[in-house]
Amino acid sequence: MITVENVSKSFVLHNQGAAEISVMAGASLSVAQGECIALVGASGAGKSTLMRMIYGNYLTQSGRIMVGDLDVVTAAPRQVIQLRRTTLGYVSQFLRVVPRVSTLDVVAEPLMATGSDRASAEAQAKTLLQRLNIPERLWQLSPTTFSGGEQQRVNIARGFAYPYPALLLDEPTASLDPVNRATVLKMIAEAKARGAAIIGIFHDHAARDEICDRQFDVTRFTPGLAA
Amino acid sequence: MTPLLQVEGIAKMYGARIGCTDVSFDLYPGEVMGIVGESGSGKSTLLNCLAGHLQPDAGAVRFDTRAEGLRDTVMMSEPERRMLSRTDWAFVHQHARDGLRMNVSAGGNVGERLMAVNARHYGDIRDKAIDWLGRVEISADRIDDRPTAFSGGMQQRLQIARNLVTGPRLVFMDEPTGGLDVSVQARLLDLLRGLVREMGLSAIIVTHDLAVVRLLADRLMVMKDGHVIESGLTDQVLDDPQHAYTQLLVSSVLQV
Amino acid sequence: MSDYNFAYLDEQTKRMIRRAILKGLAIPGYQVPFASREMPMPYGWGTGGVQVSAAVLTPEDRFKVIDQGADDTTNAVSIRRFFEKTAGVAVTEATTEASVIQTRHRIPETPLREDQILVYQVPIPEPLRFLEPSEVETRKMHSLEEYGLMHVKLYEDISQHGAIATAYAYPVKVEGRYVMDPSPIPKFDNPKLEMAGIQLFGAGREQRIYAVPPYTQVVSLDFDDYPFEPTKADHACDLCGATDSYLDELIMDDAGGRMFMCSDTDYCGARRTAGHLGAQGAPLAEDAA
Repeated sequence: MITVENVSKSFVLHNQGAAEISVMAGASLSVAQGECIALVGASGAGKSTLMRMIYGNYLTQSGRIMVGDLDVVTAAPRQVIQLRRTTLGYVSQFLRVVPRVSTLDVVAEPLMATGSDRASAEAQAKTLLQRLNIPERLWQLSPTTFSGGEQQRVNIARGFAYPYPALLLDEPTASLDPVNRATVLKMIAEAKARGAAIIGIFHDHAARDEICDRQFDVTRFTPGLAA
Repeated sequence: MTPLLQVEGIAKMYGARIGCTDVSFDLYPGEVMGIVGESGSGKSTLLNCLAGHLQPDAGAVRFDTRAEGLRDTVMMSEPERRMLSRTDWAFVHQHARDGLRMNVSAGGNVGERLMAVNARHYGDIRDKAIDWLGRVEISADRIDDRPTAFSGGMQQRLQIARNLVTGPRLVFMDEPTGGLDVSVQARLLDLLRGLVREMGLSAIIVTHDLAVVRLLADRLMVMKDGHVIESGLTDQVLDDPQHAYTQLLVSSVLQV
Repeated sequence: MSDYNFAYLDEQTKRMIRRAILKGLAIPGYQVPFASREMPMPYGWGTGGVQVSAAVLTPEDRFKVIDQGADDTTNAVSIRRFFEKTAGVAVTEATTEASVIQTRHRIPETPLREDQILVYQVPIPEPLRFLEPSEVETRKMHSLEEYGLMHVKLYEDISQHGAIATAYAYPVKVEGRYVMDPSPIPKFDNPKLEMAGIQLFGAGREQRIYAVPPYTQVVSLDFDDYPFEPTKADHACDLCGATDSYLDELIMDDAGGRMFMCSDTDYCGARRTAGHLGAQGAPLAEDAA
């Protein structure tokens, strides 16, 4: 479902004397449907970078990244937009939302964007929010004022609202108490069971071991860090 | 799929000075394209060339008309282009005063485009105006007030209603939140986002405010000195800028 | 006779005005620019009408002048005397006997014939002027037939007054193409704009001439649910009893006493001569001036 072939990335910081920083070289990885892979490596080794490259948020200098039938590296912007809407989900570390949009609308959005009508989208959103223990009195409020843990749970609800065939999860259990952590792991397991290909970054080793089938060490492909 | 707008090699010179040059891109239905750059970058010149307000010196702007497929609007006759700008196209000006009739009531402003395409039933026109005022969050009891009695944010929302009432497919926006208070901006952006989604609009938005493009635009073009120096997915250009100028722009934004 | 050229204007000027008139007749309702001359009355006193009349008068014509329907106001009298002096034409107060009629702000009640010309005095020829101050823009609107704004004006009327409140200078569409300001005639007169006579409109200060040839379609603008109504005061003329003519209202005293009478003095007078009497009418000879 997701295949990364020989990708390399570097950053050129023009405003700092054109310093070129190579952060990844020759990385390859593949994830099948129903598999969950953990990206591991020291902080700064490039785990989030690789995830962003797969999502198309970062440019990849060379190589191929296939998500389904699409090579993200060479795809046109609208193809990537389409991919993100219907195929590839991404739960980042931080919840970024538009001010003024209610929690319910934030979570319902991926469903509305893929053709669900408002009523059923909201119904599903409510179910997810309940599952993640977001109290009903918060549903009409914008998540911008919520605590870190609450925001994270809204983030996850949004990420899991639509059944993406491929999912990227960056620290999904960070800031969560044991009860909610367990719920999230269960949700990831359900996604696996329905055939999603999942790549995750977990600093929580127990969670990682519980849910992931394999590990992928990015330090092998980080110039200057490779063993 | 046919692009809604196909821009090829647009250039506009002011004597020896470059207004904009060598701009090409395709815009598909439902896409929002942001054009950012600082003052003098050529972004407003480009927008005006695309919208038919300025005659470009070179290039084509092909629009997928309902009746006749892709037609180069640069080569169209003025009546045709004016008709297009009243029906399929819309233009939201930075200053509401440029896009509204200040001595006509809010209802009259919204109804004008309908009357321009031969709506002749007063009751229907008024109903549609009330509906649209509601959609831009202007209370219906203000329908007979003149825009001079509205705040800046309300005037801007009225301008949006006035433009969208005929269901255009492509909206041009020139600094739509410029000059508005921050909280008013937030409300306006949210409204725009919702309407663009709901109506499946395509839009081209010129702004110097990166937060606006991050919120509204799917794709982004960065302009400097009349050239497009970088383009791509909005989040990619803002999170992984390649060009020196883009990096400078992005790093200059203050974090709150 | 006088030292003036026939009808005051020199022949070259008359030819220029006649060319404008012909163009106006060829494009009904279209405002033709013309080089308005200095006349011996200031702008705002009918110079446009006077120039058009001067250009169309021939020595055989019989000329009538009315001002808000009356032949005997100061201005009507002045203009009539002006042409008596400079053109030596016969003059009349009888609508049926005139061959050229110059009018300010009314159409005579008696229908005109094919051999008659009606010359209107026009203050502001541009119907869109009060909504769109730019002349460049209004010219474009006319040439591109973009008249949505005209209906905006009517919409504003209805939203403010519950009905189209325009009582005079009510805009019309001529021959399905140009929107025209018929001069400040009461809307009651609009249906008469479809007539057998030739209608010429002259605006001296604004330097425009326009025209409506005989039997041309002239439609008053309206909405489907607010149709045009040529209304007048719901009264009969107190002098002659006519129920179908436009009425002037005269306040008689401090107690609110009022009297309605035909605005068209010739029409009213002819009816009274024929024996019709209204509620306050006396036989003609006993009338005070």
